[in-house]
Amino acid sequence: MPESVQFLPLILAGAILTVELTVLGSVLALLVAFAVGFARLSNTVWLRVPARVFMEFFRGTSMFVQLFWAYFVLPLLGISLTPFQAGVLVLGLNAGAYMSEIVRGAMLALPREQFEACIALNLKKVHRLRYVLLPQALRLMIHPFSNSIVEILKGTSIVSLISLSDMTFRAQSVRVQTGDTAVPFLTILFVYFLLAIGFWSLMRWLERNLAPTQPSERGT
Amino acid sequence: MTWEWPFAFEILPHLLAGVKITILATLLASALALTLGLAIAIGRRSAGPRISSALRFCVNFVRGTPLLVQLYFVFYVLPDIGIYLSPLTAGVLALGIHYSSYTSEVYRAGIESVDRGLWEAAKALNLTRSQTWRYIVIPMAVPPIIPALANYVVGMFKETPLLSTITVVELMNQARIISNINYRYLEPMTMVGAFFLAVSVPAVIGLHYLERRFGVGSARHHNMSIF
Repeated sequence: MPESVQFLPLILAGAILTVELTVLGSVLALLVAFAVGFARLSNTVWLRVPARVFMEFFRGTSMFVQLFWAYFVLPLLGISLTPFQAGVLVLGLNAGAYMSEIVRGAMLALPREQFEACIALNLKKVHRLRYVLLPQALRLMIHPFSNSIVEILKGTSIVSLISLSDMTFRAQSVRVQTGDTAVPFLTILFVYFLLAIGFWSLMRWLERNLAPTQPSERGT
Repeated sequence: MTWEWPFAFEILPHLLAGVKITILATLLASALALTLGLAIAIGRRSAGPRISSALRFCVNFVRGTPLLVQLYFVFYVLPDIGIYLSPLTAGVLALGIHYSSYTSEVYRAGIESVDRGLWEAAKALNLTRSQTWRYIVIPMAVPPIIPALANYVVGMFKETPLLSTITVVELMNQARIISNINYRYLEPMTMVGAFFLAVSVPAVIGLHYLERRFGVGSARHHNMSIF
């Protein structure tokens, strides 16, 4: 029996932090994604251009670099973040930048007749969004979002590098302490996979239950 | 703390040495991901149901677990069973396999969009299986997905900083070493970020070109604003 087995509960306890980071990161990412995605569709240059810059900036540099920058450089500029805050912030902004493209893509994927019909019916912009566009676009967004949430889950492993004691950090500590590698790393690989399956199924459930059924699909 | 140009210029050669490794790792991992992804996609399509569901499980497993943990696994666990890899080899292997799970899905989408009639025509012309793939399916399936594949190559480039965690001395690791020796994080970290931006912004422009060249466009309403 390898020595590291007794540390398994300790490693698994790190899963709580992993899930916390994933959930908080996803919430922030969703807010960012809708704000940036809609800003990119705006007619106002002053909204469109900063949103584009934000998106290219966070998609253009790796999350790892952003995390180190947030953790080591921001304090020099007078903004001190705890590792947890830095982790959630970077996860949220980074994933939000990717997800803003999903929001924008879903809105653009709607048939143009939908927009023309809204204009013909003289709907206000808020009503257009609330009653016509968003119900259809959300349906297109949920599936790619589920992949983004799993990307966030996978991204949480990187926060272990700024000494946040998540599952990966604990597995590394156990490796350093006991010299045993297979048990800690295989364990967390499987736990991450199970969590990913959990998030995928949760989103599939959401997709089935929340998305409005289109009239053409009711009959089939 | 303020930005110091002399320090920035002093560390530039060290960072450029790291850039070489970053680019080398990206190229090798891309080659692996692009070939392995295609192999997986073809395997899933032409192998029996048992093999193809095993492949599907593997792809989902690799996609559902963090690259960082896979890197640790390849670097720390494989030596236990007698496979010794240099840090760069381990990094390229993990990165390539990780992204082959994504590229295989892209290839699969491309292959599925090939018209059924072409498969039937190939059969009617008595082409062998490998001839069908080589001359009919792949030439039809690959061009439309080139933008998506290129996107993942750029993605791989941006993930290379993770190789620093298994002691590959690429750009990020150089920056971390410099930071720790001089205890100055501002310049090295910012320069790393700037370097990645300097590569990925032109890459985005290139991708837009690829999308126009190979992709399928659709009619959009000129006014999509919700504000």
